[in-house]
Amino acid sequence: MTEALRAEWTKLRTLTGTAWLLVGAVALTVGVSAAVAAATHQSAPGGDPTKLALAGVDLGQAVVVVLAVLAISEEYTTGMIRVSLSAVPRRLVLLAAKAANVAGLTLAVAILAVAGCLLVGRLILPGAGFDPAHGYTLVSITKSPTLRAAAGSVLYLVLIGLLALGVATAIRDAAVSIGSVLALLYLPPILAQAVSDPLRRHLQQIAPMSAGLAVQATTSLRSQPIAPWAGLGVLTGWAIASLLTGGALLRLRDA
Amino acid sequence: MTITSGRPRPTISPERGSFWSVLRAEWTKFRTVRGWLIGVVVAAVLCVAFTFVVANGNHTGGCTGPPSPGSGPNSPGSNCYTGHPFVPTGPDGEAVADSYQLAEQPLTGDGTLTARVTALTGLISSGPANVAASLAHTRSQLVGWAKAGILLTSSIKQGSPYAAIMATGSHGTRFQYDYTHDQAGLTGAVTDPSPRWVRLTRTGDTLTGYDSANGTTWTQIGTAHLVGLPTTVKIGLFVTSPVSFQGSSSGVPTQATATFDHIALNGHAGSNDWQAHSIGTSSNDYYTTLGTGSYHRVGNTFVLSGSGDIAPAVNPLAGGNTASDSLWFGLIVALIVLIVVATMFITSEYRRGLIRTTFTATPQRGRVLAAKAVVIGAIAFVTGAIAAAVGVPLGLHILNTGGNYVFPANAVTKLQIIAGSGALLALTAVAVLALGTILRTSAIAITTGIIVFVLPYIISTYTPGSLGAWLFRVTPAAGFSVLGVLPRSALVNSAYTMGNDYYPLAPWAGLGVLCTYTAVALGFATLLLRRRDA
Repeated sequence: MTEALRAEWTKLRTLTGTAWLLVGAVALTVGVSAAVAAATHQSAPGGDPTKLALAGVDLGQAVVVVLAVLAISEEYTTGMIRVSLSAVPRRLVLLAAKAANVAGLTLAVAILAVAGCLLVGRLILPGAGFDPAHGYTLVSITKSPTLRAAAGSVLYLVLIGLLALGVATAIRDAAVSIGSVLALLYLPPILAQAVSDPLRRHLQQIAPMSAGLAVQATTSLRSQPIAPWAGLGVLTGWAIASLLTGGALLRLRDA
Repeated sequence: MTITSGRPRPTISPERGSFWSVLRAEWTKFRTVRGWLIGVVVAAVLCVAFTFVVANGNHTGGCTGPPSPGSGPNSPGSNCYTGHPFVPTGPDGEAVADSYQLAEQPLTGDGTLTARVTALTGLISSGPANVAASLAHTRSQLVGWAKAGILLTSSIKQGSPYAAIMATGSHGTRFQYDYTHDQAGLTGAVTDPSPRWVRLTRTGDTLTGYDSANGTTWTQIGTAHLVGLPTTVKIGLFVTSPVSFQGSSSGVPTQATATFDHIALNGHAGSNDWQAHSIGTSSNDYYTTLGTGSYHRVGNTFVLSGSGDIAPAVNPLAGGNTASDSLWFGLIVALIVLIVVATMFITSEYRRGLIRTTFTATPQRGRVLAAKAVVIGAIAFVTGAIAAAVGVPLGLHILNTGGNYVFPANAVTKLQIIAGSGALLALTAVAVLALGTILRTSAIAITTGIIVFVLPYIISTYTPGSLGAWLFRVTPAAGFSVLGVLPRSALVNSAYTMGNDYYPLAPWAGLGVLCTYTAVALGFATLLLRRRDA
């Protein structure tokens, strides 16, 4: 297992695309948070400063998806997967090693990105009217709801990476995998906007993105469709299901 | 997947390398990859399926909160409602607002009514937002499109043809007819030292509006030809005052009160007996009014109070769906599938090295890209147009049977949605084809394509209005403006936001923005294709 881990780490580390994707993930996440914070005014009622500051995760997760999908589908494109499986014949070990590496890299990226988002929120949002004078507390990691939102967002990105890895293991083709994962993430929240309750509420409770991002809420928790940690639990379910499906197909199919 | 030629290789002929043969080669490549054909069919099927889901997910009946005690459905103060309130239809088949206070007399044949408006004041509801508006909680404010003047209509049925000359809150004197037509006269508000004289004349089917500051020098503002006007019409004084959206996204009802004197009716009038009507102010009418209006007469001085509007119906007040409302989500789904297919149409050639064979067969690389663009663009257009042609009637049928109100859509509107959906998909497919050519790997091209079309809808949920609407102006997502079939009206101040079905750009302007992106991407791709090794 240790060898497999190290081999996967070397593969992932030495790909030229990986570094770009990591930088891109952090830059996009923080950048979108900054743009959303700058474009917001406190006149919009019911604002949740922490959730606003973390809005960049919506976009940053797409880069995490690309990173996780390429970690396996690139091997299928080049035929490298056959070499990898010759070196590590126990296929589930190979997948576990890949999952551990993707999770580790995503964790590092997510911590940087989320920290950047909170900093941006602390610096920009008071200028948009989210300050104590208007009855809002400043974004601060020392408050437990904010800490939950921040830690939850980091875990969210890691789980999204694992979900994408599982899907890509099952589908193999990078293009179709990325299309499928992004569709699974982005489409249900939009569909929820287009329909009315109770369908809307159910969609928000089971969709990986809406449920998982419930962890970012720090105000009016009662009006959220799902509780913060319960929502992250739903996403964990999605990630596990996807990895199990990917693992089963990896074992059953020819490479 | 393997790319094989379905036909025997054609013998080398002089036209080899001509655009038509390249086009045929690319078409053969596309139709022989089963996964791509399946993808296109799946795109169309998903679009229609989700149109069905979204249309079914919209229903007007229901409760918006806990029911208030002792109130039935549709009664003021109730949070429950069944079906949709009545929205009148105007003479041109468009949805209109037609709620006002009228004091009228029948007029047979030609005639002229003159009046002086000496005062125009207003009230705005100031009660709590969750309580039905009533005259008990108001403060003094006259809204810009409060109207008071002379109106001639074929009948007092809502949506009837009419012409009117009126003083307004802040838009000066106006001559308006048939809900959408408007001509400006004298500017300035009605004040005690500066009253407004108005006059409306009927000659056959021609109605002419005049205004004057002193009652002696008259200026013609405009004329209207109301074809098929009956011999006997109603003519009289009217007052109305629309819902204000200043500082409220849901709107606050208002009421205006006007004082008229120097009333002179020349012509074959029925009697000197004025009949007062409150039109379109019942609880079954969609327009939110403040009170139902009133009429007092002392000698030749008339005081009328009215609430409502005589103008095109707009959202959010009308609470209507549009013919494209059920379609947009299905189109996003179809777009994502087509983005994947269009990217793979070029990136799979790079991955398998087929691109070198392609360029050996056709050394003119720009021609290859052009042929690919034509093939994928045509396929995407047909997919979008077919999906919309099925989805629009399906969505309309479900919405109508579900008790929703849908703004009337004529053939031109439907054609705009169908052709627009096709164009949206085609331009996007060509743009991501170019992106795939530039990047050669599918991952970034697909991610970019999906983010660009999907993220604006998600971001707009965080930041109501501002950033979301801005994204629909400058990003390729502006192409979705082709689904905007609800025109803004300059005659109505409303909350023209995305949430109320108003896209920030006009349909074809939005498609133009997308077209620019496609053209730039295609140009850059052609340049790189020529410069780089394959």
